[in-house]
Amino acid sequence: MIIETIVFYVLAVVTVAAGVMVIAARNPVQSVLFLILAFFNSAGLFVLMGAEFLAMILVIVYVGAVAVLFLFVVMMLNINYSELRAGFLQYLPLGAIVGAILLAELILVFATGAIDIHVPEVVAVATPPADEVSNTRALGNILYTRYAYLFQGAGFILLVAMVGAIVLTHRRRVGVRRQKIADQVARDSKTAVVLKDIKPGEEGSWKSD
Amino acid sequence: MAEFTAPDYLTALPEIFLAAISLIFLMIGVFAGNRSTKLLTWLCVAAMSAAFIMVLAGSHSYSTTFFGMFVSDSFSIFMKCLVLIGAAVTLIMGMGFVKRENMNRFEFPVLILFATLGMLLMISANDLIALYVGLELQSLSLYIVAAFRRESLRSSEAGLKYFVLGALSSGLLLYGCSMVYGFTGFTGFDEIAAAIGHGGGDTHSATAIGILIGLVFITAALAFKVSAVPFHMWTPDVYEGAPTPVTAFFAAAPKIAAMALLLRVLLGPFHELLVQWDQIIVFISIASMALGAFAAIGQSNIKRLIAYSSIGHIGYALVGLAAGTPEGVRGVLIYLAIYMVMSLGTFACILAMRRRGQMVEKIEDLAGLSKSNPPVALALAIFMFSMAGIPPMAGFFGKLYVFLAAIEEGMYGLAIIGVLTSAVGAYYYIRIVKVMYFDKPVESFDKPIGMELSSVLVGTGVVTLFFFAYPTPVLEGAQAAAALLFP
Repeated sequence: MIIETIVFYVLAVVTVAAGVMVIAARNPVQSVLFLILAFFNSAGLFVLMGAEFLAMILVIVYVGAVAVLFLFVVMMLNINYSELRAGFLQYLPLGAIVGAILLAELILVFATGAIDIHVPEVVAVATPPADEVSNTRALGNILYTRYAYLFQGAGFILLVAMVGAIVLTHRRRVGVRRQKIADQVARDSKTAVVLKDIKPGEEGSWKSD
Repeated sequence: MAEFTAPDYLTALPEIFLAAISLIFLMIGVFAGNRSTKLLTWLCVAAMSAAFIMVLAGSHSYSTTFFGMFVSDSFSIFMKCLVLIGAAVTLIMGMGFVKRENMNRFEFPVLILFATLGMLLMISANDLIALYVGLELQSLSLYIVAAFRRESLRSSEAGLKYFVLGALSSGLLLYGCSMVYGFTGFTGFDEIAAAIGHGGGDTHSATAIGILIGLVFITAALAFKVSAVPFHMWTPDVYEGAPTPVTAFFAAAPKIAAMALLLRVLLGPFHELLVQWDQIIVFISIASMALGAFAAIGQSNIKRLIAYSSIGHIGYALVGLAAGTPEGVRGVLIYLAIYMVMSLGTFACILAMRRRGQMVEKIEDLAGLSKSNPPVALALAIFMFSMAGIPPMAGFFGKLYVFLAAIEEGMYGLAIIGVLTSAVGAYYYIRIVKVMYFDKPVESFDKPIGMELSSVLVGTGVVTLFFFAYPTPVLEGAQAAAALLFP
C-alpha cells in the first residue's frame, strides 16, 4: 500500500512538473519532449488505477502519433516562436482576472455545499467484475456489439475528416514528376536498357533516348 | 458474456441506405474524377429522394433500435422529410454555380450527402453520445464545404471561423454531456428522463444543480448550432463568405436538424426541468428577434442580410418552444417548414444575381429588377413579403401559430415583443421590394437563369403564395410530431 502511494506521488509530481515545463520551456522542441514525459507519467497513473487499456492507448495514440506529429510540425515549419509570444504577456492581467473570478465562483459553489461532490450511487451500470474480465476484453465485448452504431458513426466522422483534408489541400502541380506505378511495372529490360559499345578513350559518345 | 441480439436494422433503413450509398458515390467520384460531378449531384439527389420515400414508408409509431440509441417516430419523420427536401433542393439549385465558379469537384455533392446523413442521425439521436456523433458528422462536413473555394480568401476565412467557433461549441456540448452523465449516471435520453423524474426534479438537491449546469452547457451549444443570440456571431461572416449554394444549404437544412435536436433534448430527457430551461429559451428568443430585426437594417450585402434575418427567424421559432405546450411545438415545426421553403426560394433568387458572368451580392444591384427580369422580381417580392409576415403569404401563418401558442400560455410580453420586432423587420424586407420596383434600373442580370433555378423558384414561390389554400399536410404532420413529445 505504502509503495503504491509513493509511486502515485512520484508520478503525479512529475506529471504536473512536466506540464508546467511544457508551457514554460523556451524551445518548442523541449516543450514537446516535456509533453511526452507528461503523457508517460499519466499512463503510469492510469495503470495504478487499474485502467491498463487507457494507459496503453495514451502511450500509443498520444505519444506515438500526436506528440510525434507535433515534433514534425515544430521541426519542419520554421515558425518564429519568440515573435509569436511577444505580445503574449499583455493579456496576463485580463487572464488573471478571469481566472480569479472563476476560482472564486468554484469556491463559492463548493463551500456553500450547493454541489455535493460525493455523488449518489447512480453510476455502475452493468460493470463486469474487474477481476473476471480485463479492461481490453470488456471494451471489445461492447464496442462492436452494443456500441456498433456509434463505432460506425465515428468511422464516418474520420472518413469525412480525411476527405476534407484532401479536398482542401490537395492540388495538381505542373512540372512535377509523378510516380506512375503501372508504367514502371510495365517497363522491361528491352526498353529500359540500351547496350552501347564505347571505345576506350572516347567520352560522351552515347545519348539516352 | 451476455447473449448478443442483433438490433432492428429496418428502423434505421434510410440512414443505413444513405451511409452505404455515400461510400459508393465516393468511390465513383474517385475513379471517374471531376467529370462525374454533375452525374454524382443527380445521383445524390436521387439517393436523398429514395431516403425520403423510405422515411415516409417507415413505421410512424415510436420505435427505438441500436439498444435505445436511435429513435424513429412521427417527430423524426417530419424533421427528416424537411432536411432531405432542403438538402436535395440546394444541391439542384447549386449545380450551375458549382460548374461556373470553379467548385467543380466531385467531393462537393458527396460531402453534402455526408452532412445530410449526419443531420438524420442527429434527428434520430436518443442518447448523448449518438447526439454528439451525429452533430460532429454534420458539422465537419459543413466546415469543409464552407471553405470549399480554397482560392477565395473569404471562403477560407468563413470555413476557418466556422471551424474554430464550432469546435468551441462542441467543447461546451461535451462538457455539458459529461456533467449530465456524472450526475445521472446515464447517457440514454429515456434513462436520463427517468433519473431526473425520480428526484432530480427537486431543484434543491445537489444532483439537480449538477444536472442544471450540464443542461445550460448543452443548451448553449445547441443555441450555437441554430445561431441564436448570444451565440450568433459566426453567422453573418460565414453566410457572407461561404459559396452561395453552401450558404443556402446552411440556412435550410442544418438549422432544422439542430432545432430538432434542441426540441428533442429539452422536451425529452429534460422535460421535468421545463421551468428551468424556459427562462433561457425566453431570453435567447427575445434577443434573437431583436438582433435579427435591428442589426439587419444597416446591411448592404444581401447574404449578410439574410444571415441576420435567419437569426431573427430562429428567435420567432423559439417563441413556440418557450410556450412549452404541444401547440407551441406544433407552431415551431410549422414555422421551420415555412422558413425552409422561403429561404430556399430567396437563395434561388440570390443565385440568379449574376451580371456578365460575375456574381453580385449588393442590395442596390437589385435596382429596377422588376423591369429587367419581372419573374425573378416577383418571386423575390413574394419571399420578402412572406418573411416579413404579411398575409396571405406562408410566413404570416408561421408567425401566427407560434404567437398564438405564446398567448395561450399567458406569455403576452414575449408575443408583443415578437410582433414589434417583426414590424421592424418588415422595414428591411420591404426595402428590398422597393429597390426592385421603384428604383432606377441598373444593368440587367444575365438571362436565362437556367432550368434548375427557374423550377426551384416556381416551386417555392407557389408553396409560399398558396400555403393558405392547402396547409393540411404540414399541419397534420406537425400536429402528430408535436403530440409525440408530450406523452
